[in-house]
Amino acid sequence: MITGRFYLVFLKRRYQKKTRLRPFSGPGTFVHGVHPPQRKELSADAPIEIVPAPEKIILPLLQHVGGPCTPLVKPRQEVSFGEMIGRGEAFVSAALHAPVSGIVQKMAVTTLPNGRHLQAIVILTQGEQLEGQELWDQLFGGKWPAKAYQTLAPEKINTAIHAAGIVGLGGAAFPTHVKITPVGEKPIHTLVVNGCECEPYLTTDYRVMVEAPEVVVAGAMLAARAVGVKRTIIGIEDNKLEAVDALRRLAAGAGIKIAVLKTKYPQGSEKHLIKAVLNREVPLGGLPADIGVAITNVATMTAVARAVMRDIPLTHRVISVTGGGIVAPKNLLVPIGIPMGELIEICGGLKKTAARIIAGGPMMGFAFTDLRTPVTKGTSGITVLTHEEVRRVDQSVCVRCGRCVDVCPMNLVPTKLALASRFKDLNLIRRHSIMACFECGSCAYVCPAGLLLVQHIRTGKALLAAERK
Amino acid sequence: MGMTIRTMMRDVLIALAPMVCAAVYFFHWFAVKQLLICVVACLAAEALFTRMRGRKPDLGDLSAVVTGLILGLSLPGTAPWYVGVIAAAVSMGIGKMVFGGLGMNIFNPAMVGRAFVMIAFAGSLAASGYVAIHMDVDIMSRATPLTAHKQMGTVVSLQSLFLGNTNGSLGETSALACLLGGVFLCVRRVASWEIPAGVLASTLVIGGVANLMDLSSQWTVAHHFLGGALLFGAFFIATDPVTSPLTSTGKWIFGIGIGVLIMLLRLFSGYPEGVMFAVLLMNALTPLINRLTIPRPFGGI
Repeated sequence: MITGRFYLVFLKRRYQKKTRLRPFSGPGTFVHGVHPPQRKELSADAPIEIVPAPEKIILPLLQHVGGPCTPLVKPRQEVSFGEMIGRGEAFVSAALHAPVSGIVQKMAVTTLPNGRHLQAIVILTQGEQLEGQELWDQLFGGKWPAKAYQTLAPEKINTAIHAAGIVGLGGAAFPTHVKITPVGEKPIHTLVVNGCECEPYLTTDYRVMVEAPEVVVAGAMLAARAVGVKRTIIGIEDNKLEAVDALRRLAAGAGIKIAVLKTKYPQGSEKHLIKAVLNREVPLGGLPADIGVAITNVATMTAVARAVMRDIPLTHRVISVTGGGIVAPKNLLVPIGIPMGELIEICGGLKKTAARIIAGGPMMGFAFTDLRTPVTKGTSGITVLTHEEVRRVDQSVCVRCGRCVDVCPMNLVPTKLALASRFKDLNLIRRHSIMACFECGSCAYVCPAGLLLVQHIRTGKALLAAERK
Repeated sequence: MGMTIRTMMRDVLIALAPMVCAAVYFFHWFAVKQLLICVVACLAAEALFTRMRGRKPDLGDLSAVVTGLILGLSLPGTAPWYVGVIAAAVSMGIGKMVFGGLGMNIFNPAMVGRAFVMIAFAGSLAASGYVAIHMDVDIMSRATPLTAHKQMGTVVSLQSLFLGNTNGSLGETSALACLLGGVFLCVRRVASWEIPAGVLASTLVIGGVANLMDLSSQWTVAHHFLGGALLFGAFFIATDPVTSPLTSTGKWIFGIGIGVLIMLLRLFSGYPEGVMFAVLLMNALTPLINRLTIPRPFGGI
């Protein structure tokens, strides 16, 4: 009898534990995907360090999805910290602000790791700078009483976000004001905040959640107010339980739920996060708004809180400089526009074994070679891989083993897409819904033939786009 | 992951080891000779034909060794040396190279070679070719179990079929060895489990129905299962990734189709065995299956 009762109590406890961890309706994961080595331990425990203003800042005029900004400054003009120096004319665009005080130089052309050649504003640092602890206090420190703002008109929040030039800091750099503007009649019912950081190596979102949970929650409350939703869920993978702990109490106080998800790549893809958290599928070719969901990244939430509550534009961001090829991997708070080479120097430089430098993480990032390339709003990290970490497979041929089909999170047939792209077979490209591919790289990761599937698919997309014109 | 084409082929070779051992154990030097001839001839043919296409031959990917071994294991030990050589040349030349080499062929190369010699050298390879009365290995003086059943109604014991001390092609006689290697391949995910599952399930159903309709028959569904090349074909021939469909649904269709064809050929045709023709027929349908089983994209209708 007694044993039976103990067993009942045990079952009840276990049930409660399960339900406490999953206060959301989704399955907590998605179908397919891969498990690349995480290697987050390299930089996960390094507190965010504040990088002093560099000598020179390079700000490309297009750091986001959408139209480029128009420069508002001339050479030899003096600018101060936070001053707007580029205006986004189109609706889908974002303003640009000076991250340092200084003097504007001649316009330059810079090449970003994704291969785009862009006009850029160059600022030579001069005079008093907002630096060190003072900068941290401004951006992350102090109190963030977001509750006091719950009576603020949603439009005001929107305007503040638009004016601050905020874009998604998770990597895609989509202008945030567009995301949280309710479109047409489609009512938005849920705000999902993306704290997955599924990309291996990177630990920026993790550090921000651990070190500034209050700012994240404040931003989430303001964004929820702006879109007019009642329900907010933060999705975090279960390899970041410290972040969950840091956020739990604050989130509960703000009525925000936390969804702990099974670690798997690419959970941070917005479509797959929505599937994991809400068990809803974003229609093919559609947006999360089509099923009533707005979704943004945790670091973006801190920028929103800053813009609305302290009137500070997006001038700095946190990035991870990590990988086996870096002497001392770190998480850094950096001014946008700082050359990436300087950050590598701050982290002790490259090891002799360094083989490849990547802007972003190893799965979706772009390899680059010019260390003068600036950090942009969407740069979430610099990953330096060693010879051992770079998977070297001599390209052979597809033996149609179907592994890419088994891992594609979009349920496509990557090898057919690559083949069709190589042979410029537009019919085949169309039949296999090439545009659904968001280039997560899972297929190339598992391909035993070492095929560059993502590159082939990209050319296929370009072919299709060229034909539509 | 770390899986490359070479490691995949290496896994297939490891999986084939039990069959090679069983073949050598039961057929002694006949097996050694036949397997060596086929492997060497396949390597030579691959090198020769690749050079003829103006490319540098790459024998390091081991695919020619795999084809050679599977071909050798699908031939009787008594087949004369030139049969193995011609089969290897046809396998690599007509089975693989004319389509553009590794990854491009439509039909399973080993089966193309085997089909060619089976028809060209009917005397030394059709049913009677397996019986070699003067050989010094005593099991070779009998007909294969399926032929014996079809022509004389004799039934070989299940134990012999399972262990392999009976006549037949080198690799097919031991069901145990096939299962060992096959399960290894599926566990390593080099072979897709859906294909053997489909083949075995459909064989089980059709064999079972045939069994139920004629309960007096000594040749039960279990004999169908363990006898002939069914297990060897299901695990090693049908699962060739190049010539089987890409998606999970496609693989089920492919496997079930092979099983159905095998049973139709075994029950209703003049041939005692049907694995080779069943696989070749379904190979031909693979592009069509691929086209019909494009998966629904995430979020699509």
